[in-house]
Amino acid sequence: METHIRVRNLNAFYGKQQALKDINIEIPKKQVTVIMGPSGCGKSTLLKSLNRFLELTDDTKISGEVLVDEQDIYAGDVDVTEVRKRVGLLAQRPSPLPMSIYENVAYGMHIHRMHNDRLAYKKAVRHYLEIAGLWDEVGKRLHDPATSLSIGQQQRLCLARGLAVEPEIILGDEPTSALDPISAQNVEKRLLDLKEQYTIVIVTHTLRQAKRLADYVIYMYLGEVVEAGPAHEVFNNPQHERTRAYLEGQF
Amino acid sequence: MMKKRWQRRHLVEAFVKGLMIVSFLVVAGCLGAILWTILVNGFPALTWDMVTQIPQGGFYLGKGGGVLNAILGSLYLAGGGTLLAMIFSLPIALYLQTYLGDSDWGRYVRLSLDVLWGIPTIVYGVFGFTIMLAIGLRASLLAGIVVLALVELPIMVRAMDEVICRMPVDLEQAALALGSTKLEVAVRIVIRQMLPGIITAILLAFGRGIGDAAAVLFTAGYTDRIPTSLMQPTASLPLAVFFQLGTPYPIVQQRGYASALILTIIVLIISVGSRLISARLNKYTVK
Repeated sequence: METHIRVRNLNAFYGKQQALKDINIEIPKKQVTVIMGPSGCGKSTLLKSLNRFLELTDDTKISGEVLVDEQDIYAGDVDVTEVRKRVGLLAQRPSPLPMSIYENVAYGMHIHRMHNDRLAYKKAVRHYLEIAGLWDEVGKRLHDPATSLSIGQQQRLCLARGLAVEPEIILGDEPTSALDPISAQNVEKRLLDLKEQYTIVIVTHTLRQAKRLADYVIYMYLGEVVEAGPAHEVFNNPQHERTRAYLEGQF
Repeated sequence: MMKKRWQRRHLVEAFVKGLMIVSFLVVAGCLGAILWTILVNGFPALTWDMVTQIPQGGFYLGKGGGVLNAILGSLYLAGGGTLLAMIFSLPIALYLQTYLGDSDWGRYVRLSLDVLWGIPTIVYGVFGFTIMLAIGLRASLLAGIVVLALVELPIMVRAMDEVICRMPVDLEQAALALGSTKLEVAVRIVIRQMLPGIITAILLAFGRGIGDAAAVLFTAGYTDRIPTSLMQPTASLPLAVFFQLGTPYPIVQQRGYASALILTIIVLIISVGSRLISARLNKYTVK
């Protein structure tokens, strides 16, 4: 197993409240890692530390290292926009940009100047809409507002938009929790297809989803990592009392 | 048991609700009375000549002509002033939200703008006049535009600021997550999303600019001719109203009301027009 993200001695504070306590984990490359735990355990905070989103909240303090391909993304000489280009985020609720469907996918490629001519952008937009399983539904109405899509379609558009900037890692913050069951299933299926090429890290509060998706599991409680390991080991033979209690639903 | 009983708190509610309705009626009544006054007094004098001709000899004594000089003058002044104010306001408002936010500096800047907003426009006029004297500039369209831009700037920035601070956080974060810089978020996302509100802010400032008499009195002067360059003085509608109502001749006074009516109609057309345009541009806005 090759490690893609290595978190070392990570501590995070919101004001005086400590949200992450001395986190040390290794996230494997091209697998689905699921972070789970009860509400308020710091799983979203941990996820947001991986694309430097924590610093968007006022009064947060972070110490420690997050190494992506052995490079610390919190180092002083790192360009935060490059970090976020390499580490994409699929949010809990889809947030289409105030543009057409086409422009939503092209936006990220434009700001990073990834292609040279119009045709290349067009091809790329189509390519990523196909990967997100949306092309058949929107190919004929690319210039409609993105908000005219259903919530489930919007989430797949956000996936296409995120993939279009060619990240290596995809973060998902409960990416299916706002969707209806069929859309949720659709998004889950895309994520499973994508792990061939991408490292995927998902936060979820549903155990069933964790079991369906996870290759690797991180279980958190009160800001600490209680247990981390390959999914079949953690699910079948948890080493900690707390993990066992959570898996058995004692909360 | 579930029957309505007139308890004290129900009476209080009925009373307060009544007060609210009364306040609304007072305000709406005032607006109605103003419109009624200028319509009744001005409409008979609102001839085709009024809007197509400049004052002819003896205009202020009741002879022929119109106020085209003031109509065009006001449009030039307020249009130029609004354009100039916009060029400065949008970057200031975006900077305030994007980089200053709720910081101490952000609060100082907002406080200064609020103070500037409250300063009477005659003070802007005198201020502009003093500077014009210092640099040897005569009363002109250019000076009027610059001073009106100064008058409009605080109202425009603060109105835009209030609009932009309602930008949905999710949307901003979605753009940041793709690796946008803050500037790209401001220019490519915030402006698009908040365009209707930004246009309203511009209109608000335009309304203040076109209706102002004191700031242009010192700086743009008044003339019966239509200016052909930025360095010439120009008339304006508020001053046209003032000069005509100040004469002892009823027919000229009536034209004063007609000029006020023209001013009101211009503001109305521009408000409705830009709302129609912004509704079209609104298509992609995330609700």
